[in-house]
Amino acid sequence: MGNKQTIFTDEQLDAYQDCTFFTRKEILRLHGRYHEMAPNVVPMDYTKDPDVKLPMQLIINMPELKENPFRERIVESFSEDGEGSLSFNDFVDMFSVLSEMAPRELKAIYAFKIYDFNTDNFICKSDLEKTLNKLTREELTAEEITLVCEKVIEEADMDGDGKLGFADFENMISKAPDFLSTFHIRI
Amino acid sequence: MSHSLEKRSESDRGGEKMTQRVDNSSDSDSEEEPITEEELAKLKEEVEEKKKLIATLRNKPWKMKKKLSVLKEAQLFVEKFEGALGKGKGKKFYAYKVMMTKKWMKFQRDFENFKTACIPWEMKIKEIESHFGSSVASYFIFLRWMYGINMILFGLTFGLVMVPEALMGKPYGSLPRKTVPRAEEASAMNFATLWDFSGFAQYSVLFYGYYNNQRTIGWLKFRMPLSYFLVGVGTIGYSFMIVIRTMARNANEDGGGDDTSFNFSWKMFTSWDYLIGNPETADNKFASITTSFKEAIVEEQESRKEENIHLTRFLRVLANFLALCTLAGSGYLIFFVVRRSQKFALEGLENYGWWERNEVNMVMSLLGMFCPTLFDVISSLENYHPRIALRWQLGRIFALFLGNLYTFIIALMDEINLKLEEEKIVKYNMSIWEASLYNGTIPENSTAPPIEVDPADVPRGPCWETMVGQEFVRLTVSDTMTTYITILIGDFLRAVFVRFFNYCWCWDLEYGFPSYSEFDISGNVLGLIFNQGMIWMGSFYAPCLPAINVFRLHTSMYLQCWAVMCCNVPQERVFKASRSNNFYMAMLLFILFLSTLPAVYTIVSIPPSFDCGPFSLSIYYLNATSKSYKEANLELKKKLQSQAEENKRRNKQKAQKSNEQEENPFETEPPQTKQKGKQDESTPNQDNKKGQGDNEAKKTDQPQEASSSQAFQHPGPAPNGHYALQTRGGNLPPPSIAVTRPPGPRGYGMLGYPPGNPRFPGAQPGMPRGPPNYR
Repeated sequence: MGNKQTIFTDEQLDAYQDCTFFTRKEILRLHGRYHEMAPNVVPMDYTKDPDVKLPMQLIINMPELKENPFRERIVESFSEDGEGSLSFNDFVDMFSVLSEMAPRELKAIYAFKIYDFNTDNFICKSDLEKTLNKLTREELTAEEITLVCEKVIEEADMDGDGKLGFADFENMISKAPDFLSTFHIRI
Repeated sequence: MSHSLEKRSESDRGGEKMTQRVDNSSDSDSEEEPITEEELAKLKEEVEEKKKLIATLRNKPWKMKKKLSVLKEAQLFVEKFEGALGKGKGKKFYAYKVMMTKKWMKFQRDFENFKTACIPWEMKIKEIESHFGSSVASYFIFLRWMYGINMILFGLTFGLVMVPEALMGKPYGSLPRKTVPRAEEASAMNFATLWDFSGFAQYSVLFYGYYNNQRTIGWLKFRMPLSYFLVGVGTIGYSFMIVIRTMARNANEDGGGDDTSFNFSWKMFTSWDYLIGNPETADNKFASITTSFKEAIVEEQESRKEENIHLTRFLRVLANFLALCTLAGSGYLIFFVVRRSQKFALEGLENYGWWERNEVNMVMSLLGMFCPTLFDVISSLENYHPRIALRWQLGRIFALFLGNLYTFIIALMDEINLKLEEEKIVKYNMSIWEASLYNGTIPENSTAPPIEVDPADVPRGPCWETMVGQEFVRLTVSDTMTTYITILIGDFLRAVFVRFFNYCWCWDLEYGFPSYSEFDISGNVLGLIFNQGMIWMGSFYAPCLPAINVFRLHTSMYLQCWAVMCCNVPQERVFKASRSNNFYMAMLLFILFLSTLPAVYTIVSIPPSFDCGPFSLSIYYLNATSKSYKEANLELKKKLQSQAEENKRRNKQKAQKSNEQEENPFETEPPQTKQKGKQDESTPNQDNKKGQGDNEAKKTDQPQEASSSQAFQHPGPAPNGHYALQTRGGNLPPPSIAVTRPPGPRGYGMLGYPPGNPRFPGAQPGMPRGPPNYR
C-alpha cells in the first residue's frame, strides 16, 4: 500500500477514492499519465493542490482518445471552463465516468452532454447531423442524412418538440443493449 | 469523552431507540440539557443521509471540485455527530467489498478476452463485415461454424478409429486386406495413383477396407469394430444434436433481441466503440458504421414503398409457377438422362461416343450453370426485400441440387451392385486358387497346415465399401479444386483483366460488362452445405473424410477471405442479414437427414465384403447362419410332412389288410390316425416298428446331416442324436418328440447360436430349443 508516495496526501487519495471509481493505485497511475503529457507543467507534488490545467490539444492526442470522433466534445464536457482545458481533477473525473464501473445513469448524463454540440441542453437536428457526419466521415448523401435524423427524432422524441431533451435521451439510451459496453474507455 | 457520554445516555434512557451507534451532540451535551428525542431522531436521519451521500458521491454528475468540497463537508458532519464505534468497521468492509467487485470484474474481463482470443479469424470477419456488410459476413461466420463441427468429427474419427488401428492393429503387409495386390504394386506409389486415392493410399487407415475384423486389438484390448461402428453413429448423432441446438439458440435470440423501436437512435449513439485506439480498427469501424446505416436506410425505404397488393401477389404466384416448372423440367431431364446412362452401361460403353459417355455430367453442369441465372431473372418479378429474395433463391437452387445428389447416389448404387457381382465370382475363384495351392494333396481342408502365401498374392475381393469411400473422397477433392479454380479464374483473373485492360478498351469495363464480380452468397452457402452432406454420407466408409474436409475448410477460409477483399465489390443494395442463421441451419438439417438415409440403407441391406473392413464375416456370418437355420428348418418341415403322409398311407393299407383278413383286430395296434405334428405322449410299443422307424430315420438323417454340415460346422454327435430322436415313424403317433425326451447334448461353445434366432417359427419339434446360448 505504497505509503512512500509523496504526490498526494493520504486524505487526498481517500477523497479521490470516494469521489471516483478508482483505487489508490489507479489514481496514482492517472497522475503519472497526466504528468507525462506535459512534464514541465505538471508538478509531481500535488499535496498543495496546485492549479494546473492542460490544454485540449494535449489531451485529445492521448492514445485512448486519438481515434475517437467525439474526442473534442468529450474533453469539453468535462472541462470546468468549457474551453477544453482539464485540470487533474477534471482529468480523473472524465476517466472515472468513462470507466467500467460507472453506472448507466451517470454515463447517460455525460453522453447527453457530449452529443449536445451546441450546448443548449437539447439534441436538436443540427446536433444529430454533426454526430452522423462524424460517425460516417461524411460518406452519406444529404438525403440519407436527412432520412436518418428524421428517423431518430421520430423514434426518440416523446414530448413532440422536434428535438431530444434529456428525458427523451435517457429513455432511449436506457434500453440500448450496447450502450454500457461501447461508452467505455480503459486507462 | 463523547464515548463516556454515550454510555451514560444509553444506560439512562434504557436505549430502546439507541441500539445502533448512538448519535449525540457531544459538545453541547456536556454543558446543556439532554436533547429531545425528535431532535435526536432528526439528527440521526441527517447523519444517515450524509453517509449515504458519501457512499454515492462518485455517482453524482458534479464537477470534481464540487464533489471534493461536498465530501469534506459531509465527512466533518458525520464525524462530529457519530461515535467512533462502528464507523471504522463499516468503511473497511465497504472497501473490501469494492476491491472484491473490482477483482471479479477483472477476472470476468480476462476470461472474456481469452474466450474471444480463442475464436479464430475474428479480425478477418470483422474486416469483411465492415466493407461488405453483414450478409456476406454471415457466410464466413457459417463457414467458421462448420469448421468447428468438422474439427470435432475429425477428432472422433482420427482419435478413435485411425490412430488405434495404425498403432495397435496389424501392420501393413501382414494381411491380404492390408497389402497392395501384386498386380498394382508397380504403380502404388505414383503421385497420379495417390492423387486418385488408390494404390498405397487405398490400402491404409484412410479407408474402410484396411481395418481388420479382429474383435480386440493390441494390449489395450481395444474393440476396433465396435469403435468403428460407434464412431459412425456418433458423428451423425453429434451433428444432429449440434445443428438442432444451434437452431434452438438462434430462435431464442431472434425472439428476444429483435427490438427495433430505437433502431436508428441506437445506431447513432451507441455504435461507436470508445475503446478503439488503433487507426486501422478505427477505419474499419467507420466503414462498418456507414454500411450499417446504409443497410438500415434500405430497410426503411423498403418498408416505406407503397405496394399494389394485387399486382404483387399475381406476379409472385406467376414467378413461383415458373420456378416450379423449371424445377420439374430439370428433374425430369435428370431422371431421363440417368436412365439412358444406365442403359448405355448395360450395353457397354465402347459403342458410344464422348457425348453419351459424359452425358450425365454435362447435363448436370449445364443445369447448374443456367438454372440459377434463370431463377435470378424470375425473382426480379417478385420484388421482394433482398433478404427474402435471397432465401427464395437459396431454396430453389437447393431443390435443383437435390437432383445432383440423386444422380450421384444412383450411380453409386449401380457400382455397388457391380462390385457385389464381382465378389461372387472372386469367391468362387478363390476356392479354385486355394485348391491349386495344395495341388490336391489333401482331400479335406480342415486340418492341413497352412501354406505360406505372400499377402500380396492372395486374390482379392472388390471391397465395395472402399470403393464407395473413394468415390466420396474423389468427389470432395474435385469439388474443392473446382471451387478454387473458379475463384482464381472467375474472380481474380477477371478483376485483373478489368483493372488493367480498362485503359485500352472501347467501353468502360468497370461499369459495364464484365465489371468486378460480387460475392455470390447463395452459391457459396449451398456449396458448403452440400459438401458437408457428402462428408456425412461418406465418413463411415472413409474415415479420412473429416480430416480432408478440415483441411479444405481451413484453406477455403483464407482463400475466400483474400478473394473477397481483393476481387469483389460490395453489392449495390447492402442488406442486413437476418440475425440468426436459422435458414442455413434448416437446410443443413435437411441435408443431414438425407445423408443418413443412404448410409443406413447400405449398412442394413447390402452384405459387407467378405475380405475387407471391420465387419467382414461377422454380420455376414450371422446372416449365413440364420439362413442356414432357416433352410434346415424348411427341410425338416418337409420331412415331417412326408413322414406323416407315409404313415397315413401305411395305416390305410393296414386297415385294408385287417379288414380283408378279418382277424383279431387287436393283434396289432389299431391304426391310430393322428394328425401330423401332434405332440402326444408316446411310448414305443413295437420294437420292430421302432427299429423300422429308426432305420428310416437314420436313412433320412444322412442327407439332412450332409446339408447341415455344409452350411455350418457342428460337431458330429449332437445333431445325430437330435434327428434320431425326432422321427420315430411307423405306427407310432407321428412326430411327438422332444416333449418327453430331454434334448440331446448340445455342443456348448460352438458358434452356432446367434442371438435372435429362436424367434423362428421352427422353434418346435427338434430345433435346438432352450435358452439361447449367447456368447
